[in-house]
Amino acid sequence: MPKARTQLPKSPTGIQGLDEITGGGLPKGRPTLVCGGAGCGKTLLAMEFLVRGARQFNEPGVFMAFEETAQDLTQNGASLGFDLKDLIARKKIVVDFVYIERSEIEETGEYDLEGLFIRLGQAIDSIGAKRVVLDTIDSLFAGLPNPLILRAELRRLFRWLKDKGVTAIITSERGEGTLTRQGLEEYVSDCVILLDQRASDLISSRLLRIIKYRGSTHGRNEYPFLIDENGISVLPITSLGLQQAASTQRIPTGIERLDAMLGGAGYYRGSSVLISGTAGTGKSSFAAHFAQAACRRGERALYFTFEESPSQIMRNMRSIGIDLSPWVQKGLLQFEAHRPTFAGLEMHLTTMRKAVTAFKPQVVIVDPLNSFIIGGNETQVKSMLMRLVDFLKMNQITSLYTSLTSDSGALEQTDVAISSVIDTWVLLRAIEIGGERNRGLYILKSRGMAHSNQIREFLLTDHGVELRDVYVGPGSVPSGSARLTQEAKEQAAQAARKQEVERGQLELERKRKALEAQIAAMRVEFEAQETETLKIIAQEQTREAHLTQERVDMGQSRKADRKANRRAHK
Amino acid sequence: MKPKPTTRKSAPRKAESNRYVLRLYVAGQTPKSVHAIANIKKICEENLKGRYVLDVIDLYQQPQLAQGEQIIAVPTLIKKLPPPLRRIIGDMSNTERVLVGLDLQKRG
Repeated sequence: MPKARTQLPKSPTGIQGLDEITGGGLPKGRPTLVCGGAGCGKTLLAMEFLVRGARQFNEPGVFMAFEETAQDLTQNGASLGFDLKDLIARKKIVVDFVYIERSEIEETGEYDLEGLFIRLGQAIDSIGAKRVVLDTIDSLFAGLPNPLILRAELRRLFRWLKDKGVTAIITSERGEGTLTRQGLEEYVSDCVILLDQRASDLISSRLLRIIKYRGSTHGRNEYPFLIDENGISVLPITSLGLQQAASTQRIPTGIERLDAMLGGAGYYRGSSVLISGTAGTGKSSFAAHFAQAACRRGERALYFTFEESPSQIMRNMRSIGIDLSPWVQKGLLQFEAHRPTFAGLEMHLTTMRKAVTAFKPQVVIVDPLNSFIIGGNETQVKSMLMRLVDFLKMNQITSLYTSLTSDSGALEQTDVAISSVIDTWVLLRAIEIGGERNRGLYILKSRGMAHSNQIREFLLTDHGVELRDVYVGPGSVPSGSARLTQEAKEQAAQAARKQEVERGQLELERKRKALEAQIAAMRVEFEAQETETLKIIAQEQTREAHLTQERVDMGQSRKADRKANRRAHK
Repeated sequence: MKPKPTTRKSAPRKAESNRYVLRLYVAGQTPKSVHAIANIKKICEENLKGRYVLDVIDLYQQPQLAQGEQIIAVPTLIKKLPPPLRRIIGDMSNTERVLVGLDLQKRG
């Protein structure tokens, strides 16, 4: 969280996440009101504040309990890993159980709470306490008559605590329509924290909200929190903002040809990868490849599985030639198997966070994501995922999620509308053609890299996932035997075309020959005609000559004029 | 104010079961303290004459007693004996309530 310029001094609680959303802790030297219904964790929050103060920040504390005896508190604390006894023995903590029994008390006139002040003052001074818890202040109202006096005295108490300079937590029951049953929020004006517990779809979640924090910025959302064997952890929804450093380093997917599709180098380190697909398309195999590749590089991989047991996964992956067990033995691969229903989303998130913090992996696999979707909690799943992705990105951990899409729905719409938090989305799909079911994949998106736009067929072989050659022919992407058929068909077609051309050439040749023959025939005919005609002409000329000769001869014989005959003859 | 036995009168042996052991815790010489002391003395003298022990303790002088005796409100009069234990808080100005608290009068 960004620090304001003039923040008032704060007292760190040491409670995981709470210091993040309060920007450093509770207001130092001032009282903080923690209100909430029964069983929502007020006492534990207060106790953790004291114990962590004593252990981590060297600030001794006084726990003034109005409801539980010192023994009860010690036992409750032990279940959260707090050794109150030890801290009490080392004079780090004083527990004072205030016993009030209404039936023993008779009010006979004006009184004040000076006894409480003296008692508290005595306890504070005895160990030099810097922190004080009053749990639960409402008990005073149940135990003592005359609320008017009590109110005035509490107001005085809060002032007195401030004067003492102790950082205090006062817990109070939540009232109907008001923050506290007694309206104490009016008196404690510095910081008010509301705890709540809500159940939805049979799964209950605890929520924390900072109602007000005078003089300080703070997260205003409702933050889910958990109580487990390590105390309270608050999960800030968006406290991380979007300030993760983006790595340019690439890490292989474990499948060579998939790397090639992703700009030749694989996923970005610290990115989020989604492998979605219908049932039986090999999502887990992709996850296993990725895990194996990480382990081969000597990195640690944390594998969260929500549907199969680790041994089942290892057996199944062995069948496609991926043996994960050596990595498990070497301590590079760790499985975390949980049933999705064993806890609420928040609990899962925290378990996951904790496992990640403890194991410090470079690669995290969540298989599958949509086991979390029970009923209509997609929004929560999305917010959980967003926080998980944020958290992992902050730590530069590459995460891979698998998600099952239903056959009927649109493939690109995973059940969780999580696309926005995913950097690389690989979609696997079954292709059913010609009585076969084959597997195809394509990259729906991959931020920040030039990725392939091809739909590629892949096989699950005994040595893992194998992408087939890119099909470069026309038409749709065939797969399986359809692909073989298609290839055969294309070869046949090519042969047919070749024959066609040859036939065309032959035909042309034949036509030319025919034409030439025709021409020859016509020429022969013509020549015959020509000869005939010339013969006739010659005969005619001969006959003419004969006639002329005959006339001349006739004329000579008849003594005709030569001149006239010659002219006429010309 | 020193915790001094303000009034200590030995009760007769036969009235042992009726003997009252009372402790009044106050915080300093406030008007409430002064009233309470005066009122309780008067009530004791009038109702328990000869069979009570009353100690007045100033918590400012002995703050550690506040925790041991489970004192929150002051003034508090603790009826140690006879049982049951009772805490009577306030300045003892409501005599009737004090008597109820001391089991000297039925709850009205």
